This record gives sequence, C-alpha cells and structure tokens, in this order.
Amino acid sequence: MSVTATQPTGSAANADHEAFLEVDDLRVHFPTDDGVVKSVDGITFSLEKGQTLGIVGESGSGKSVTSQAVLGLHRRTNAKMSGRIALDGQDLLTLPEAEMRHLRGNKMAMVFQDPLSALHPYYTVGSQLIEAYRVHHKSTAKKVAKSRAVDLLGRVGIPNPKRRVDQYPHEFSGGMRQRVMIAMALMNDPELLIADEPTTALDVTVQAQILDLMKDLQREFGSAIILITHDLGVVADIADDVLVMYAGRCVEQGTVDDLFYQPQHPYTVGLLGSMPRLDQVRQTRLDPIPGNPPSLINLPSGCKFNPRCPYTELVPDRLCFTEEPALAEAFPGHRSRCHIPPEERSVVFAEALSKRGDRADSIKGAADDRSRRTAETTRRDDADDRAVREPERGA
Amino acid sequence: MTTPTAAPEQSATADHPEILRITDLKKYFPQHKAGIIRRPDAPVKAVDGLSLMVRKGETLGLVGESGCGKSTAGRTLLKLLEPTGGTIEFQGEDVTHASGSRLRALRREMQMIFQDPYGSLNPRHTIGKIVAAPFEIQGITPPGGSRKAVQELMARVGLNPEHYNRYPHEFSGGQRQRIGVARAIALQPQVIVCDEPVSALDVSIQAQVINLLEDIQDEQQLAYVFIAHDLSVVRHISDRVAVMYLGKLMEEADRDTLYEHPLHPYTHALMSAVPVPDPRREAGRERILLQGDLPSPQNPPSGCVFRTRCPKAQQRCADEIPLVRELAPGHRVACHFPEERVVV
Repeated sequence: MSVTATQPTGSAANADHEAFLEVDDLRVHFPTDDGVVKSVDGITFSLEKGQTLGIVGESGSGKSVTSQAVLGLHRRTNAKMSGRIALDGQDLLTLPEAEMRHLRGNKMAMVFQDPLSALHPYYTVGSQLIEAYRVHHKSTAKKVAKSRAVDLLGRVGIPNPKRRVDQYPHEFSGGMRQRVMIAMALMNDPELLIADEPTTALDVTVQAQILDLMKDLQREFGSAIILITHDLGVVADIADDVLVMYAGRCVEQGTVDDLFYQPQHPYTVGLLGSMPRLDQVRQTRLDPIPGNPPSLINLPSGCKFNPRCPYTELVPDRLCFTEEPALAEAFPGHRSRCHIPPEERSVVFAEALSKRGDRADSIKGAADDRSRRTAETTRRDDADDRAVREPERGA
Repeated sequence: MTTPTAAPEQSATADHPEILRITDLKKYFPQHKAGIIRRPDAPVKAVDGLSLMVRKGETLGLVGESGCGKSTAGRTLLKLLEPTGGTIEFQGEDVTHASGSRLRALRREMQMIFQDPYGSLNPRHTIGKIVAAPFEIQGITPPGGSRKAVQELMARVGLNPEHYNRYPHEFSGGQRQRIGVARAIALQPQVIVCDEPVSALDVSIQAQVINLLEDIQDEQQLAYVFIAHDLSVVRHISDRVAVMYLGKLMEEADRDTLYEHPLHPYTHALMSAVPVPDPRREAGRERILLQGDLPSPQNPPSGCVFRTRCPKAQQRCADEIPLVRELAPGHRVACHFPEERVVV
C-alpha cells in the first residue's frame, strides 16, 4: 500500500505482504428516517506495527466512526458495513461477536476522548483496570491483576499508584484520568491502540505529557497507533502517516512531511491556511475555508468539497460538480482526491500557502528538491518578516 | 454614550486611552467542610490579586491552564460576579460595587461572548428575540425599530436576516457563535469579554469567527478581553497578553515580546507545550514538561504559587511571594529568577 510503502519493512517487504492492519474500501452507513447517513464511504489505509497513523478531519467527517468500526463497536443491526478490515490477516467484519470480544481490549484497545464518561464513576479505578485484565486472563488471581494495574498506573506517570489504585475516577484530575484510560488500554499489551482525540479535553501542558507518554509506550511495546484528532499540531508531533477525511471520504493520504509541505488537496491547504500558529507573527487576516461541512445525508454531487473549494474554475467542463475525483497517486506514497492536475496543483497551492509567509519557503523548497527528506527547513528571519508585516496591521 | 473626549484616534496602540483597569482584584469562593453542620473551610482563591488594564480598541489576551482563574477574572471584571476585594475602574470611574441602575448602565458598555454556543442561547427563543434582548432590557428603541436593528446586526455578523424567526437548534455551532457576537455588539459596547469564543468550533469555522471578531473591532474600536487556552489563537488576535496561574498574574507583555522573549518559567513551559503544525520545526523544538497537576486553589503553595512545578524553584521561591515587577516597559513578570528563553 502506498502509505506504508515508504517504510522499509525488512524481510516482510515482499509484494503480497499484508500490513498489520489493512482497511480496504470500508463503508459504514446508518439508515435513518431522514435517509442514509454515509458516515464512512470508502476508506482504505494500512498500518504497520510501531507506526502511528493520524486521522484528521472536522466533526462529522467520519473519523471516529472509522475507528469504532475497526474495534467493532457499531451495532451490526444499526450500521451497514462493507469492505474489509483485516487485523493481522483476520477479517474483523465477518468475525463472530464472541471472537471479536476476545480481540477487543486485548489485541486492540481504545483510548476515548472523554475520560470522565468512559470511566465508571461507581467503581474504583483499580477494579476497572483489574476487570479489563481478567476478562482476557480468566485464570489470573485478582492479586496478580492488581499488581499489574499498580505497575501500569506507575508507568503512565501517576504518582503514588499504590494508593491511587483504590480511588474513584472523580478523585483524579482530567490529565490523570486520561492516564488511567491509557493504562486501561495497555492492560493487555495491545498491538493496536486507537486513541480518539485523547488530548482534546486537556490543557496543553498535560497534552504534551500524554503525547510524550504515548511515544514512549510505542517505543517500548512497538504497538501500532491510530490517533484521531483535529489538531494538525498534534499530528505534526506524533504521526508518521496522515489521512485527511472529509465527508466520510479520504481526501488526502501521505507521510506527515509530504502532507505539511506539499499538500495535494484544497481542503488540506485550507486547513493549514486557516490555523493561527504559535510560531508565526500574525498576518492581517486568517484565510478560512468558507461555508460549512456538508450534511452526510445530502451530499453535493461531484467532488464533495466543491461548495467550499476556491479552485473549481481551474478544472474544465465543471468536472468538479459532475464527477467525483478518484483517490489517485499525486507522487509516490501520496494520494489525493482532486481533479486539478498534480503539476498545476503544486503551483496553485504553494501560492495559496505563501500568504502564510514563511511557509512559502519550505513549500517551494520541498517542491524543488523532492528527494531531500533530511535537509533543514528554510529558516526565516523573524525580524525581517515582522518589519514587512507590521504596517499592514491597523489597530 | 459617555466616551470621554480623550486622545485622538491614532494607529499606535500606546496612544489609545485606558478604558478598563482592575487593581488587586480578588474573587474568593467560600467553602464549607463536609458534614451536617456547615463549618467554614478555606475559600477557593480563584482570582487572587490580579491587576490589569485594557485600552480602547485593543485586545488583551488572558491565557492559562484550566482552573487558573481566567474565566472567573473575566466574569468578575464584568461584575457578573461580585469581587471579594480590589477595585474595577471603567473609564476612570470606580465601579467595583456598582449596583442597580448604575450597573445596568455599565452593562451597556461591557458585554460578554460565551464559550458554549449551545448553552448560552435560550433554546425556546427565536434568534430575533435573543438578539433583541439587550434593547429590551435596557429599554431602548433603536432607530427604525428593534426588528430592523436586529436584522442589520444579523447581516453584520454574516447571518441571513431572513432567519430572524428561527430557533437556535436550526443553526450550526459557528452560526450560533455568530448569534452570540450579534447579541454582544447590539448595544455598541466599549469592552467585550470573550470567554473561549472559538474553542468549541472546528478549525475551519474558528478562522471565520476570529476574522469576524477582528472586523468588528476595527469598525467599532472595541476592546476585547480574550480569554483562551489556545496560545496560537491568542497570538493571532491579541495586542497584549497576560499569563495567569492559580489566580495570579505570572507575566504580561505586548504580544511579540511575550511570544519571542518570554521571561517567566511558566510561560516557557506553556508555550513549549503547544505543538506546531510543521513536522520539521516540531522535531527540533524542546519541550519543557511540567510535573504533576495544578495545586488546589483552596490551599495554594507558599511563596510563589508556581514553585511546586517550576524547574527553577529554589528555597527563596517557597519563602517569599514574588512581586509583579516591570522589567522592561510594559513587560511585567512575577518571578524571582526571570530569564529569557526561546521556546516558540
């Protein structure tokens, strides 16, 4: 698969090698009274062990639904699912519920966004951790499981775990609760860890701690991680590959460097352009993506992004409005769903991002020299930049 | 309106007249020990001796972790909460204990935009009624009638005026936040306290609302107190930024000074923790990790409140409360050992 192709996988690099997690043309549709909600409509990706995939998108783009489908959390009576999800060669969509239960929390685990509602308020943290372990290790004594719980709470950086293990979730702060969630997910040494907005509810200082923790744990256990987030900063920090979702589809997919320096889809360009950045002196105005995300029941025809896309005139014959672009390779290891020809794209998008000042340097640099992956980013001269921009700002 | 004649409009922020000043502001929430008999316990010191000043037409960013008292500070300076101590001066007049008609007149000048676009709009009222509420409460009939005024306001914030009779649930989060903005600017106030106005919105919608706030500010010479935990957004929108921790001011400076030459170790940690959407730059950044959690505001540490998590803490920090000192013009820091450090 293209995304993982850039990662040399050693002996297993033969052609029909299957990645640890393969998701192929996954569709999750929910029939409702108002029509079918196509939450996920044809997602394909793969993930190797020890790698982190970031899934980015706005609320309602289908990123959480995708991850819940992998874990088999959708009720099969409510959700219509098709495609293929293979974990270590085992197809999860056709697996009986009993076997699914055996995998869930064991081989694959999830860290939820809101730790307060994901933890049971009535039971101590310890008893919830012990339960998570003993469900899959029935013959293990409670004592053994508890010592494991204490051990993991210490590992995720909770001070005084021996005492904390007997406390209730409300006695923990938000960051500590999220650590408990991570400890719970790690109880059975999962090979696949799905983190659904694990740091969104947390302060930046705590977020930094949690992201560091996840990186450390990945190094230690070699797990594959799917990180769902809307924060491109978090993605830049932790992900190896990125999948950008819009209206239930993957609109762009590639390595983290390519995505940030040579984005190939107007939506990604828009996201990068609309974010204020900590490390940038302000330009006069942000450049938002106009409009709102579409309703998943009533999607626009053609490209799903066309009502918000500023580049539709670049494509002849109103193709954007009549035909949905395929997810095509823009360059090796990078795919995007856009009608604009790749050569034209890099010029137009670089121009759009050059409004962001210093980004232009790094983008043009990257376009000039695609082979350079290790070279330093062009450093800008802060003082000069500011001198140029300051007069633009009327008070 | 009672705008003093004051300085003529000039582009330089420093020449804008001061409009709001708080001095040594305190807000304590009394607590009671558990049990049948209510015995008083140590109060939660949500805001403890905060001094700030806002000028006409400028944006003061107020940042800090959750629980640092930034929202309480915003509510107290609007007199939505009664201050425990200190003074609030609006246009040179002490309004700390204003009440009744004086307070109502003050509310015309000071408004608020709330974080939660769902919770801050009455679900049973139409948009027309919500945006017209300030007129009604103040007993004002705007020229041309309130319906016309409301529709103009709706158009102003980018809503379709025809949606006058719709209810809040028919709007998306970003549109609801626009309704909140329309309501806040209805009376043409001088100061708006924005409490996390964009943190509940998607990234692409965030930028739309930020631009709207900036446009309105430019038009009406509004002052914003912009409370947020997102340091990137604050850098974009603010002229000056104040960093709070556990109810106290840690550092305050104009935006560029604060982001480029921060002096307080807490500011360093806070800024270094924000991930930058640029993988290569991100890989080269050093992260200052803070240990532990925010201490209880009911029982804050002695001396410097930040010392329990500060990488530079020494004995002196436990013994002596650091005073807020002005180390450079406009750059105020509360630290015994301030040191410049590049963290962005």
